[in-house]
Amino acid sequence: MSETEMPLLTAEGLTRLYGPRIGCIDVALEIFPGEVLAVVGESGSGKSTLLSMLSTQLAPTRGTVTYRSRDGGMRDLFSLSEAERRFLFRTDWGFVHQDARMGLRMGVSAGGNVGERLMAVGWRHFGNIRAEAVDWLGRVEIGADRIDDRPAAFSGGMRQRLQIAKNMVTRPRLVFMDEPTGGLDVSVQARLLDLIRGLVADYGLAAIIVTHDLAVARLLSHRIMVMREGRVIETGLTDQVLDDPREPYTQLLVSSVLQG
Amino acid sequence: MTATPIYNFAYLDEQTKRMIRRAILKAIAIPGYQVPFASREMPMPYGWGTGGVQVTASVLGPDDVLKVIDQGADDTTNAVSIRKFFEKTAGVATTTRTREATVIQTRHRIPEEPLGESQILVYQVPIPEPLRFLEPRETETRQMHALEDYGLMHVKLYEDIARHGHIATTYAYPIKVEGRYVMDPSPIPKFDNPKMDMSPALQLFGAGREQRIYALPPYTQVISLDFEDHPFERTKFDKPCGLCGATGVYLDEVVTDDRGGRLFVCSDTDYCEERRGGQA
Repeated sequence: MSETEMPLLTAEGLTRLYGPRIGCIDVALEIFPGEVLAVVGESGSGKSTLLSMLSTQLAPTRGTVTYRSRDGGMRDLFSLSEAERRFLFRTDWGFVHQDARMGLRMGVSAGGNVGERLMAVGWRHFGNIRAEAVDWLGRVEIGADRIDDRPAAFSGGMRQRLQIAKNMVTRPRLVFMDEPTGGLDVSVQARLLDLIRGLVADYGLAAIIVTHDLAVARLLSHRIMVMREGRVIETGLTDQVLDDPREPYTQLLVSSVLQG
Repeated sequence: MTATPIYNFAYLDEQTKRMIRRAILKAIAIPGYQVPFASREMPMPYGWGTGGVQVTASVLGPDDVLKVIDQGADDTTNAVSIRKFFEKTAGVATTTRTREATVIQTRHRIPEEPLGESQILVYQVPIPEPLRFLEPRETETRQMHALEDYGLMHVKLYEDIARHGHIATTYAYPIKVEGRYVMDPSPIPKFDNPKMDMSPALQLFGAGREQRIYALPPYTQVISLDFEDHPFERTKFDKPCGLCGATGVYLDEVVTDDRGGRLFVCSDTDYCEERRGGQA
């Protein structure tokens, strides 16, 4: 099998219980290099719990998550040491938060934010770090003259783009996104979606995007997973699921958006 | 002056000193690592050197000769009161001569005269955590030290260069100890950083309010963090000391009149006085 035919990340029987309550239960998924998977569902359906587990920020009650590391071996993510986990997080992975303030250092300039990952992996040449930061800011349409401004001086859309640049600078293979367009107005959303589509296409990025916005899912993702009450109730190609939903709940979701 | 019997030797009780000595031994065993200790209330406010005083009290013996400096000077309030404190509670001999002292407690300076193997330098430390202003969570900074996750420290230096064109941190300049722990050298000027490297003297750091002790054993490698294209530079002064004419020493600026008159003099008062004829 070639590289792209093997899954990058695999989850099996992933379950998280909060006492007697269900966070999410028995989720299995695979994501391949260059593929975008959308996880949709209403609030409380277990999307965020699932994303937290896939990105090792939350330990599952049951189940496993394995990841194909750059050397080709499949690794059980929850048996990684903390040092390995952190290394993965700042090199091979990205995490785009809904609230950019969680993903950025608000007291540090845009250039410092983008450069942080580089410095964490050992870059020690100021000129090179800065050149790389300028390059990445350009790719997310932030002017080089804003490099020394703090994110506090940026608009919501710019902050979100800065967050993406910060994540992309080490060329990750997998990016987790939690409602990346949440709280942005429509025209800003459109530009951001455009940017994400471009990055996915240019860098062969795999992405898992949690969203409640079916339009975002339709635009960005290849495959879609619909969750309800902690379970995956429908999965398939995005067009297929959204155009011809099988489950009554999915039909309800789709109809409430398109006709609303 | 002799010790008054109402105090135990050097104020602290023996159990407390044992506890602090254990922390000191651990700190020496792991250079640059911050060892928690049960800091005691001292008869002075936090920020006035309660950590340094507790460390000094724990290493002091009856035959020691103590010197206390504050910003390089032996005659400032803080230095005088701590010196008197130990004269009263330990009855030890005190001095202002760097050469004669066996234990030197300091705030914000390292003496100009090179220290020797028989000397201990005790620093007063306000904030022992070099990552504190970058990462406010103590749980997280401890993890970062444990995992040598020090990228953030360079982010601070990056910000300096981005904003000022050079590394503008001039005191409490972060150092790396024996290639492992990143450490706050206490708020000494970066001018003094190179003196820490391979120093023959034992260097102990006490932070009373923050309840941490850390140490540099003699002959420990200490490197000031920097970038390849913006290397660490020691502060340079373009004129000599206005009193003794010394060059290559750290100078204080003294305003002499209301017409803009300024005098640059050695911050190390003992060094300056000795150069001017030793009649101090």
